[in-house]
Amino acid sequence: MLSYLEFEKPIAELEGKVQELKTLAQEDPSVSISDEVAKLETKAAQLLKDTYSRLDPWQKTQVARHPNRPHFVDYVKNLIQDFTPLAGDRLFAEDAAIIGGLGRFRGRSVVVMGHEKGSDMETRMRHNFGMARPEGYRKGIRLLDMAERFDMPVITLVDTAGAYPGIGSEERGVAEAIARSMDRCLGLSVPLISVVIGEGMSGGAIAIAAGNRVLMLEHSIYAVISPEGCSSILWRSSDKTKEAATAMKVTAQSLEELGIIDRILPEPVGGAHRERAQMIRETGDAIEEELRGLDGLDADALRRQRREKFMAMGRLGIS
Amino acid sequence: MNWINNVVRPKIQRVFKKRDTPDNLWVKCSNCGEMVFHRDLITAYNVCPSCDFHMKLGTKERFGQLFDNGEYEEIAIPEVPADPLKFRDQKRYPERLKDARAKTGRNDAVTVAHGALDGIETVISVQDFAFMGGSLGMAAGEAIVVGAREALERKAPYIVVAAAGGARMQEGILSLMQMPRTTVAVQMLREARLPYIVVLTDPTTGGVTASYAMLGDVQIAEPGALIGFAGPRVIEQTIREKLPQGFQRAEYLLEHGMVDMVVHRHELKATLARTIRLLTHRPGSALKQETLPATRPNPPAPVA
Ligand SMILES: [Zn+2]
Repeated sequence: MLSYLEFEKPIAELEGKVQELKTLAQEDPSVSISDEVAKLETKAAQLLKDTYSRLDPWQKTQVARHPNRPHFVDYVKNLIQDFTPLAGDRLFAEDAAIIGGLGRFRGRSVVVMGHEKGSDMETRMRHNFGMARPEGYRKGIRLLDMAERFDMPVITLVDTAGAYPGIGSEERGVAEAIARSMDRCLGLSVPLISVVIGEGMSGGAIAIAAGNRVLMLEHSIYAVISPEGCSSILWRSSDKTKEAATAMKVTAQSLEELGIIDRILPEPVGGAHRERAQMIRETGDAIEEELRGLDGLDADALRRQRREKFMAMGRLGIS
Repeated sequence: MNWINNVVRPKIQRVFKKRDTPDNLWVKCSNCGEMVFHRDLITAYNVCPSCDFHMKLGTKERFGQLFDNGEYEEIAIPEVPADPLKFRDQKRYPERLKDARAKTGRNDAVTVAHGALDGIETVISVQDFAFMGGSLGMAAGEAIVVGAREALERKAPYIVVAAAGGARMQEGILSLMQMPRTTVAVQMLREARLPYIVVLTDPTTGGVTASYAMLGDVQIAEPGALIGFAGPRVIEQTIREKLPQGFQRAEYLLEHGMVDMVVHRHELKATLARTIRLLTHRPGSALKQETLPATRPNPPAPVA
């Protein structure tokens, strides 16, 4: 069942009507309504297209968090063969908010990791809604070390509301874990491709997003703090999320202009959640292309490219 | 990642504003409530003589304490784009910047200087909480990077005295990108085998802690300093539990293995000097533990 977002209500109504008529026609073949259905379907499709062609940053935030949006596990299931998840940071615990492991991506051995939010109550709890504790990042560091040792490219998929703010997280140094993870990404001698597939919030996102190439899905968002957090701090109100999302320029389109990301992956009309298989396949194609683009760069060149790219940020696209 | 949830407006800042007031001005310690002679407080680098509470210390005063004879030279930070996002909340960002500049007399939160520390050429960056909560934006990030480059050029150790509520939200993603930028700066020092020492002061939270401020070869914290990633209020709201006693304070971090030592401000310079001397294979120092205020009539006058 597809869930509709608040701003999709008119689309939901039209699509609902189409569905109703179709059911009616099935029950009573004597009624001919195909013209009516076709008209409504066109209208619904047009409305969907129009709506999604001018989503505001707050609407995009909702799309990025859409419950039906493909998550890490969906990408892995469809893009990675022989996926072999590896657990634990060898220091304290396993943290399922970040899943990572070995796998085969279009013929190459790779390390793949990312935040997993879960898709129902049970999996959301198990993955802590994609909000990682220090162990998640430290497991990631372990995997990055391994990728380097065995000369495997790394793919990271970013989808988190942020690192988990809890007592244990702080006790075990989540800030340090994030800093080290980012440090490890930046110094990595193998290719690192990062894709923001949903939301990339704050330090919890950049911890695994310091890639040679950083890609974003068309309606995903990437920001220093959630629109909710920004609204409550700067506006001292919980309902200025739209203003905050707009002011912070959280969209892929703004971030490409600012030179923060390298490439936008177009989403199917109506968002990734409507054509999940297509979105996943096209994301895979883009990752493959980007990896191929880095072929031939040696360890030093890869490190240099990544470091110079991040060092130069803020110099481009800003007047 | 915010700098407002820790708004303990530095009382001491107000004190410094009243610099020209007569010496008999009394200051109330925010910790023990004791009335302290303003002059005594200055002499003690803002450590309360009666309870040892470490109040915030201004940039000039910090440089004045750490550099020999209070002599140092500030390093200019290249201009960064002002207001890159044309950000506006209840106030326009440029107005907030203007206010912060007027209040602190600084261009942004981080100031870089070089000079001698126990005779060793050293680069020090000081992050000032009084400037928009010390928040990490492009200018602060640039300053941290400039300091690292200066240290590389001078083959000098680099000390960062950190204090921040977190990210400069008004610079959005460009603020977040200062985390990898400053991390690259730390990597350059590491590769050149130059000591990088972080002094965590009250408070250091958010993206600052999650980047350069946690990547030091040696991590020093000032007593009582609040140090963490998420602010205590955010955590309390998330878990709906009361936080443990001393949570996220320097001593708590020491106990949990997150810093190397908690050092009294009066011993900070000697500790830094000793550590740097050991890391750089220099002979031991003649520098004694910083003389306590009682035996030190006047702090060295900072020469900017
Ligand atoms: Zn006191």
